[in-house]
Amino acid sequence: MKTYERIIQLVLFFCAVIAILGVLLISYFIIKEGAPIITKVGLMAFLTGKQWSPLQGIYGIYPMIIGSLLATVGALLLGVPVGIGCAVFLAELAKPRVAGIIRPGIELLAGIPSVVYGLYGLVVIVPFIRKTFQNQGFSVLAGSIILAIMILPTIINISESAIRSVPKDYKEASLSMGSSHWQAIFKVIVPAARSGIIAAVILGMGRAIGETMAVIMITGNSTLIPESILSPIRTLTGNIGIEMGYASGEHQKALFATGIVLFAFIMLLNTVANMIPKKVGE
Amino acid sequence: MNFKKVLALVCAMILLVGVFAGCSKPAEEAPAQPAGQEQPTEAAKESITINGSTSVQPLAEELAKAYKAKNPNATIDIQAGGSGVGIKSAMDGVVDIGMSSRALKTEEKSLKEFKIAVDGIAVIVNPANGIENLTMEQIKKIYMGEITDWKEVGGKAGKITVVTREEGSGTRGAFIELTKLEVTENDKKVDKTTASAITQGSTGAVMTTVAGDPNAIGYASYGSAKAKTEVKMISVEGNACTEENIYAGTYKISRPFLMLTKVDPTGLGKDFLDFILSAEGQDIVASHNYLKAVK
Repeated sequence: MKTYERIIQLVLFFCAVIAILGVLLISYFIIKEGAPIITKVGLMAFLTGKQWSPLQGIYGIYPMIIGSLLATVGALLLGVPVGIGCAVFLAELAKPRVAGIIRPGIELLAGIPSVVYGLYGLVVIVPFIRKTFQNQGFSVLAGSIILAIMILPTIINISESAIRSVPKDYKEASLSMGSSHWQAIFKVIVPAARSGIIAAVILGMGRAIGETMAVIMITGNSTLIPESILSPIRTLTGNIGIEMGYASGEHQKALFATGIVLFAFIMLLNTVANMIPKKVGE
Repeated sequence: MNFKKVLALVCAMILLVGVFAGCSKPAEEAPAQPAGQEQPTEAAKESITINGSTSVQPLAEELAKAYKAKNPNATIDIQAGGSGVGIKSAMDGVVDIGMSSRALKTEEKSLKEFKIAVDGIAVIVNPANGIENLTMEQIKKIYMGEITDWKEVGGKAGKITVVTREEGSGTRGAFIELTKLEVTENDKKVDKTTASAITQGSTGAVMTTVAGDPNAIGYASYGSAKAKTEVKMISVEGNACTEENIYAGTYKISRPFLMLTKVDPTGLGKDFLDFILSAEGQDIVASHNYLKAVK
């Protein structure tokens, strides 16, 4: 190996180390700051406690866990069908000229800062829900709609490449057996690409559960366990984002502890995503 | 061609590392120098301790920062033990200055008191809301979730959207204290704000929410709400939320920020209080959305 190649290798290795170091340092810091509160309150009391009154030393994040899960599930219900539909259209049906318009549009969607999504939700979606249902507007539904739009790029891009990676033979074999194009798409191609599509959904879920700014602006941040999809919620990320500004002492540590729970959720999702077989078909 | 590019990249990397290394070294050396310079003037160093209200403390910190920028030898140690502690410490003489965010009771009047700011909190509703006035009791019950419909307080029927600030916010702290939403149970202060309240992380977000929802009620510091036309400040107990009423104390959701000393202050304590009450100090007060104590 030439010397400069070795240098390059070293430099690249250094870059990789920095990335890993970042993850390790952040994990260490969050756990170091948050763990004492969890041990003090007790893990179960912390996770299932229904009251969050940090200034009185009562730390229960159950409403926030439910809030995060509801918003995320809602986002998936709205976003996944649209996302997969769009991916199928782009991969199988769209003429190059049409795809040439849609694809940059989706890239643009991915590039919009989350605070802009939040602002849009605040001035369009929240008032719309308020008028339609005669309530406060800030709700699970508002959060889910915005999150559904935000996770579309993730779901579309990954699903589309999964569908495209299905070998041509599958489709041709299906068509030669006399199936229609539709049947080929929904009975053969999409099922063959399902591991990629599931990965897309899980990554979209990770994006939804981790989103903070937009969610703070439109979900109302009440610390109540929601009764319906029209109730306001506070998510785990929202809890940290909204209170970090003035929190100090134990209150701040409790927010780091919230971060640990969030971190565990995200790691779980990533692990599941990695466990899905990459192979097309079975 | 590729080799050249790679070489350039490596050179750039090495340069960059060099830059970082260059940055870190002087930073390590830097603290040593000023310390050396300070030594001759150490004789002129003075320090005071301040303790008291947690609400006044952030403002006092800001004022101390500005003061120290002009008087680098001064040391001002500010702690926040609560108004009660501030008053008692000043009376006992264990601190140079006490801080209080409530008016003094008669038996505490022996203290020298300096009003440094006035904190007024406006209760705001949507301009479309017909309500012009609420009593303290009504406001308290709305925020506790006991009154949930505007018709219960004489308005048009509609479910009240209660908007509050996040826990830890100074404005929320003042609001729950002044409206008696904060009650003492078993020696612990408990915040009775309903958990179903919409919680917003900033004054701006509270006002946007109230401006957009005809059934909403919220609160914001008078300083930030007064100029806004998209929300309506309502009267409390029949007294409009105006500067005069806040100064006079007739508008009930207000409180003075006091600095207290046992005897007439001298030295650094006097100088610091003079600074707070100077035009410059009062501008800092106004910039934090409190009303100036000296106009």
